[in-house]
Parts: sequence; structure tokens; C-alpha cells
Amino acid sequence: MGYVQGPAEGDENMSEILGLKAKLGLDVFKHDKEPHIKIKPGMEKDPRLKRAVLVCPAGLYEEKEDGRVELTIDGCLECGTCRIACGTEVLEWYYPSGGAGVQFRFG
Amino acid sequence: MEEKFDAIIVGAGLAGLSAAYTLAREGLEVLLLERGDYPGAKNVTGGRIYLNPIRELFPDLWKKAPFERHISQEGVSIMAGERSLNLSYRGEELEQEPYQSYSILRAKFDRWLSKQAERKGAMLVSRSRVDDLIIENGRVEGVYAGGDELRSQVVIACDGVLSLMAEKAGLRKPGSARQYGVGFKEVIELDSALINERFGLEGDEGAARLFMGEVTKGKFGGGFLYTNKESISLGIVVGIHDLMEGAPAIQAPVLLDEFKQRPEIARLIKGGETVEYSAHVIPEGGLKALTKLYGEGILVAGDAAGFSLNIGVTVRGMEYAMASGYYAAQAVIQAKAREDFSAASLASYESMLNESFVMQDFKNFSAAPEALDNHRIYTHYPELLGNIMRDMYSIPPGSKERLYPTAKKYLGTGELWAMFKDLRKVMKI
Repeated sequence: MGYVQGPAEGDENMSEILGLKAKLGLDVFKHDKEPHIKIKPGMEKDPRLKRAVLVCPAGLYEEKEDGRVELTIDGCLECGTCRIACGTEVLEWYYPSGGAGVQFRFG
Repeated sequence: MEEKFDAIIVGAGLAGLSAAYTLAREGLEVLLLERGDYPGAKNVTGGRIYLNPIRELFPDLWKKAPFERHISQEGVSIMAGERSLNLSYRGEELEQEPYQSYSILRAKFDRWLSKQAERKGAMLVSRSRVDDLIIENGRVEGVYAGGDELRSQVVIACDGVLSLMAEKAGLRKPGSARQYGVGFKEVIELDSALINERFGLEGDEGAARLFMGEVTKGKFGGGFLYTNKESISLGIVVGIHDLMEGAPAIQAPVLLDEFKQRPEIARLIKGGETVEYSAHVIPEGGLKALTKLYGEGILVAGDAAGFSLNIGVTVRGMEYAMASGYYAAQAVIQAKAREDFSAASLASYESMLNESFVMQDFKNFSAAPEALDNHRIYTHYPELLGNIMRDMYSIPPGSKERLYPTAKKYLGTGELWAMFKDLRKVMKI
């Protein structure tokens, strides 16, 4: 179970926000077997999902040219903002399995 | 016979740890389940903790608690686009023991508190995510965690702001965006001598500052800064509803980047190195947004129950978390003595909270969420004050206008009337 230092540089799906990738790279993340948040099938273009693009503090949601919203789970801070903003009709939302996900060293 | 705990606590945040510590101190059999690598691994604060309301609940804890700095200097900064008005407060009482509040980093503090709970006899299992509740005949009988079925007389849901456990028990529904803010912050390492020099501090003295106005682009919320021993916690809290509605549409992380680039902030953190970026949702709905606090075989405490309060000058959650964990534990201790863990028996939790500072604060400040949900506070007033200050201090090439007319030109009848109406709302806080 190796420590993974944040999302890899050059990941196209990551937000373009200045310095955000590097900032998330400072956090300790541990891999999970599968993503703990998923966009429900068929909901990729749901208007509620676009809210996540604005609210996610890690900038993990990105709207593509065709209107689909994509989620990159690497770098998730597990805050729950997207669940509150978009709702559970759009997102399948759970916490990562025990011992996985972000491990804050300062908090 | 399979083991049955007196209590299973879901989540080792401050509510869960306080409940575990209190129950174990009384000799009850407690299992504390934490999904992170260690208690604190998933926990985030702004942060500062106020001790006065909870000092007596945990008299043995404070002497050795690993806090950062005691806060001896308070500050508020009202930020307009290109200028800011700053108010700073120092008082003798802030510099005398016992100190009223401390800056705090949760990974360190929560881990330490878990050791104290374990020393009292609580059993802690980390890296263990609770997947579901065991509900039989309408009663919570324990939890499913990582394939194990764990049984207890009572479950205390301390699983944080979303509280999936309280949802499963039917004590709450998923929250609405108006009732929550999202906070995100950087911990920026900086030499302690430099921190002292920049903030005018000595030794373990600390500074706390809040920022309002341009920092959230007029959205409900504000910025915060706390000095730790060898770092600065710098972040922003913003209402999720305002953020998702756009107007202006701005991505949350951009707010913090722009905040850091403000000249007022840039010089404070210059040379510092960001070592962590974190985020956390905060319940801000006040009294109306509290969940149901108990059911058959279950109690809800801390953020899970909605125990966090924004009254503008302070945003507090940790004391409510610790106190609600403590009272939940007291209710369980009483229930065990009665051998009755029904909802009717566990209702003493709510009665004790009602008698305590927790519910009294929530009732006193029940008007705060609505009064603070006023965009003029975050856009109009900071600009207005900034402009008045600019003109007051400005010396033009020619003669200077008298001070009263200088201010008066910003305060026409319409403005004064609008101010009066806003003031009446704010006076309800």
C-alpha cells in the first residue's frame, strides 16, 4: 500500500487552476480500489452537475465541450461539497474504504 | 457468545473522541471506529478552539493538550477591491491564563486526544469505515464495518457533517446547500520568529484574523488566518449555495489563490511554504438545521448533528462537538444504569444539551443565519467603508474638503434607509 503523491502532472482532466495540481500534490493520498464518488450513468449532462465545477475546492470536476461533466477522483479532499451542491440523484457518493483516500498531516 | 459493546462510536473527530473518553472514564466498553489512518487524518479546522465553555467537562485534559498558540490578538479586516479597513484588538484578558482560545491543528490534537481516550480504556480501530447500521425491529443494534458485524447497546454517530449514519437511521435527510459552507485552507510553514515579527507577537502568543468583502467576491462567507507555532492557517469559508449559483461564477480554489495574492496577505506569508491543502464542509444553518438528535439505540453528535455556529464575528464548531460528545456519553451512562437504550431513555441527551451552553447558544443566535445571508454585507459595505477611508486620508493638490461632508456624500437618504434596515436585521444576532 504505497503512498501516492497527488494527481500526476499533465493529467488532462485536472482543472487548469493555477497551482492547484501542485497544491494537491502536497497532500498524502492513498489509493482506493475504486472511485468513492461516481457520476450516475446518464447524468453526465445534468445541469445540477455543473455546480460541482464551481464548488469543488480541489477542482476535480470539469465540463467538456459537449456539455458532459467529468470527475477525476484523484486529489479528492472528501469534503462532501459536491454531494450537497449536486445531490444524490446525480452522484453516487460514499467515503473511500478504510485507510484509503486523503490522510491529513496537519488538518 | 459474541461480544457486545456498550457503545460503538462512528468517527474519531472531536465529538467521537470526547464521547469515547467520557464513556471509557466511567468504565463502559467503547469501540471507536475511524476510517482514516489515524484519528485526525480526515479532520480539518480553520482553526481555533475556545476552552471556556468546555473547560469543566474535561478538567484533566488541558494541561498537556498539544495546542498551537494562545490567541492574544484578534483582528477583522474589511476588504474592498483595492483597499482594506482593519480593526485589531488586544486586551489584558487575552494575555492571562487560563487562555480563552488556542489555534489548533487537528491531525496533531485529535491523535493526542485518541491516546487519552485509549488510556482510559476505549478501544480504537483505525482504517475502518462503517458501511451501514444494523437495524432490527426499528432499533439500531450496531454497525457493519469492513465485512464485520459489530453489535452494541447504542451507536453514537459522530461521522461528520454529512452524517451518512444519521441518514441511514432516518434522523436526517441530505442537507440543502443554503445550510452549509465549504472551508478550504492552506497550512503555510513559516519560521516562528518570522511569525512573531510579522504579527507583533512574543513567545506562544498567537493572532487570529477574519476577512470579509472582496475575499469572497461578495458571496456569503469570509477569509480567516490563524498563526500556529511554526505555520499559518490561511483559508476561506464560503456558502455553498452562493458558490454554486455563480454571479459571479468563480471556482472555489480561485478565491483562495486571489486572496493569497492580496498585498495585505502576500506580505504576511512571504517566504512561507505551503505544506498542505485541505477542505471541509461546515454546517451553518443554525438551530433550524439541526438534525434529530436521538432514536432507538442511536445518538448523533458534533457536525453530524449540525453543531456549528456562524455568528459573523466567530464561526465555532469544535466546542459544540466536544460538548455534544460529552453529553451523548452522559446519556449513554444513564441509559446503561437504567438498562434502557430506547429513544425515550436516550432523550436525556437532548435535555442535557438544552440545559447547556450548546442549545442556549443555538437559541440565542437563531436569527444569525438569516441576518448574515445579506449580500450588502459582503460587497456594498466593504466598498463603501473603503471609499470613505480613502477620501478621509486623501490630501488633494488643492484644499481638502471638510471631513463631515466627505463622509456625508456617501450617505444619502436612500443609503441611510437601507443601512437602517440592514442594521435592524443584524441587531437580531
